[in-house]
Amino acid sequence: MTMPATIKRVLPQLAALVVILALNTAIAPGFLDIAYANGRLYGSLIDILNRGAPVALLAIGMTLVIATRGIDLSVGAVMAICGAVAAALITGDHSLAATILMTLGVGILCGLWNGALVAFLGIQPIIATLILMVAGRGIAQLITEGVILTFNDPGLIFVGSGSVFGMPFPVILWIVIGIAASLIFRTTALGLLVEAIGINRRASALAGIGTSALLLAVYAASGLCAAVAGIVAAADIRGADANNAGLWLELDAILAVVVGGNSLMGGRFSIAGSLIGAMIIQSVNTGILLAGFPPEFNLVIKAAIIVVILVVQSPASHTLFAFFKHRPGRAAETPAGAAKPEEGGAR
Amino acid sequence: MIGREPLLRADGVTKEFFGVTALSNVDFELAAGEIHALVGENGAGKSTLIKILTGAYRRDRGRIALEGESIDPADVMDAQKLGIGTVYQEVNLLPNLTVAENLFLGREPKRFGLTSPREANRRSREILSQYGLDIDVTAVLATYSVAVRQIVAIARAVDLSGKVLILDEPTASLDAAEVSRLFSILEDLKARGLGIVFITHFFDQVYRIADRVTILRNGQKVATRPIAGLERIELVSMMLGRELQEQEAHGAEPVDYSKKPVVASFEGVGKRGRIAPFDLTMHAGEVVGVAGLLGSGRTETAELMFGIAQPDEGRIAVDGRPASFSSPREAIHHGFGFCPEDRKLDGIVDDLSVRENVILALQARRGWAKPLSRKEQEEIADRYIAALDIRTSDREKPIKFLSGGNQQKVILARWLATDPRLLILDEPTRGIDVGAHAEIIRLIGELRERGMSLLVISSELEELVAYATRVRVLADRRHTGELEAGAITPDTIMRAIAAGEDETPGDRGGKGRAAEILAEGAA
Repeated sequence: MTMPATIKRVLPQLAALVVILALNTAIAPGFLDIAYANGRLYGSLIDILNRGAPVALLAIGMTLVIATRGIDLSVGAVMAICGAVAAALITGDHSLAATILMTLGVGILCGLWNGALVAFLGIQPIIATLILMVAGRGIAQLITEGVILTFNDPGLIFVGSGSVFGMPFPVILWIVIGIAASLIFRTTALGLLVEAIGINRRASALAGIGTSALLLAVYAASGLCAAVAGIVAAADIRGADANNAGLWLELDAILAVVVGGNSLMGGRFSIAGSLIGAMIIQSVNTGILLAGFPPEFNLVIKAAIIVVILVVQSPASHTLFAFFKHRPGRAAETPAGAAKPEEGGAR
Repeated sequence: MIGREPLLRADGVTKEFFGVTALSNVDFELAAGEIHALVGENGAGKSTLIKILTGAYRRDRGRIALEGESIDPADVMDAQKLGIGTVYQEVNLLPNLTVAENLFLGREPKRFGLTSPREANRRSREILSQYGLDIDVTAVLATYSVAVRQIVAIARAVDLSGKVLILDEPTASLDAAEVSRLFSILEDLKARGLGIVFITHFFDQVYRIADRVTILRNGQKVATRPIAGLERIELVSMMLGRELQEQEAHGAEPVDYSKKPVVASFEGVGKRGRIAPFDLTMHAGEVVGVAGLLGSGRTETAELMFGIAQPDEGRIAVDGRPASFSSPREAIHHGFGFCPEDRKLDGIVDDLSVRENVILALQARRGWAKPLSRKEQEEIADRYIAALDIRTSDREKPIKFLSGGNQQKVILARWLATDPRLLILDEPTRGIDVGAHAEIIRLIGELRERGMSLLVISSELEELVAYATRVRVLADRRHTGELEAGAITPDTIMRAIAAGEDETPGDRGGKGRAAEILAEGAA
């Protein structure tokens, strides 16, 4: 992947982000101001980067899962489980390193469970991950024993509210993990193989791709991202709230991936696109708050803005643009195999 | 039935899909009280024809008349009202409703404006009793076997339409007893004066039940013939589009392959319900052609050889060492390659570029951690684009924008890039243009000369003659014979297929007529 191609791919998302930010500036004149105080940057922009961290983290794993033509509904619940595990371990006098490693391990296990249901049992991803979505909160409640499990470990709290070079630590986390994931998938053949599975799993298996192992890996990656997001969310409030941690965030993560220009039908994916998508969603949230609308309007306005973004990105509108740009007449370019009118029941 | 206006008549029916002609000027007629078989290989146009008759598709040209009156069914409902009912292979009923609800779906008996389940149940029992079916009509349909569901579907179609009944491969998933039961029902309906159109791939059934048969090939009608007096060999030749004629064997020279190195051997490899155990030894530098009608077990053979399906008996050896493949991945690691029959479904990864499609199998074999560099990928892609003359404006073009023939060449390139020792090609020339067709046939010859071992499945007998060094003949999910180089002509292949089809499944052990004719061909 050359840089220009990568940037070209996310241009529509960047444009949408700029428009939203411009709207926010129009609503709240001080929106773009950034101040430096107490060794930390402050301002609405920094706030967006920071508040958007959990969804951005989830969107990284979700992008990979969706690229395989799957979906992971369980990430919000996995966040709750991992937050609870982290809180339970750290209050159980485990070291910070052990707590984090074991929590990440639990996230990976959750992902492997999903992946096994999808890859080996052939359960549809939406159903397979729905199981953990429902069960996960129960598991988290069992771990916290029904209370909000609070902790005071400064190391763990740093993950949620510390800062490095003035930047909130969660921001560093999602940017670093996002870049790392992109590098891992784009400098190895993983990206291509994942895309191939998402476009045509059967043909991929026939070409010798280990589809089951890759599916497991991708769901495990999603679980890992959810674990990091769960630690961030718990560290942010210094406690594990089994009922509300990560609630509905799976939907925001899916939305971020889609707003990021990735198709739910799988195939070509861009982690950068999804991360920008996550920031678009957070900018919309922040903008609505800044505009001072009554809170009951928030969700409706958010939905309306997202519909506009999706319509602009939709294939139908692309066709429409293309129609106005060039006159139609390149019908000869249609795929020759598209019309296969006869029966295909060869076996 | 002669002299009167036929019950259903189609004249010059033509249908195109996006410029591809699926049916060209087809005439068809069905008499009342007749069972009319419709046969043809895949892509012959059978489904298109019945979909036009039943209103699922609109014809582009032509005329359809029912009892002498022109009709133009707008949709399936319309055709049903006119009297044309259809039962598809996958029964088109709702398994979660009761038998009675299915029978009366959309036309529930009413009482004071409310539906009356009691009335529906009573009438359902009455209807089904005509078919000798005494079942609980209030039970959910899914609790019954496919055979019962099929009868319910037929009962519904007959009750609804009552003039013409169209059955699309109704016996595909039935056992012998169920088929007999279905046939006795069809005989009853025939006696009641219905016209029945019956699509099947099984010749036995055509001969058992049909009065006449219409053969379609490549969207055109080949002939309509009474079954009485029609030789099987003639039927096969019409389906495959080959005239019976004496022809010199040509193509590959006879070679003694037993002296060439063995690449892989399959001994007694079989899978119940898919393909009877077969022996096959693949040598370097030979092309084994596989011939047989649709459903004869050709693809199933390839699937066992490539690890797509796992045999439940038999031994496989590669280079003399025992091997077993639990997935295509393992077969590929032994140097196997497989170009599937359904290019679109199993071959191309349509959104990926030509380059990515070419390197996919090689990359998969190297593993994800050892990526081919962009430069290597481009070199490989360019090499095969040139070598196989793949027509694409750009190696980065998504493969879905290429023509069928060029897509097929890309899939071939995908395997050639892995430098396979055994390459299995399932219908490599189906649905591709004439130019690409000739190039692929030439390529098969070249690969053989380079010492590759090839197994090529094809319905095109001329093609098999051109490149095969021996031909395996399959019928009824068994390997029924083999033709050696020198004895391979379209005629001998066709006779061997017909002879194989002729054997009853019972006399597995006996060689029967197939062996006789094969011996004759070899002589």
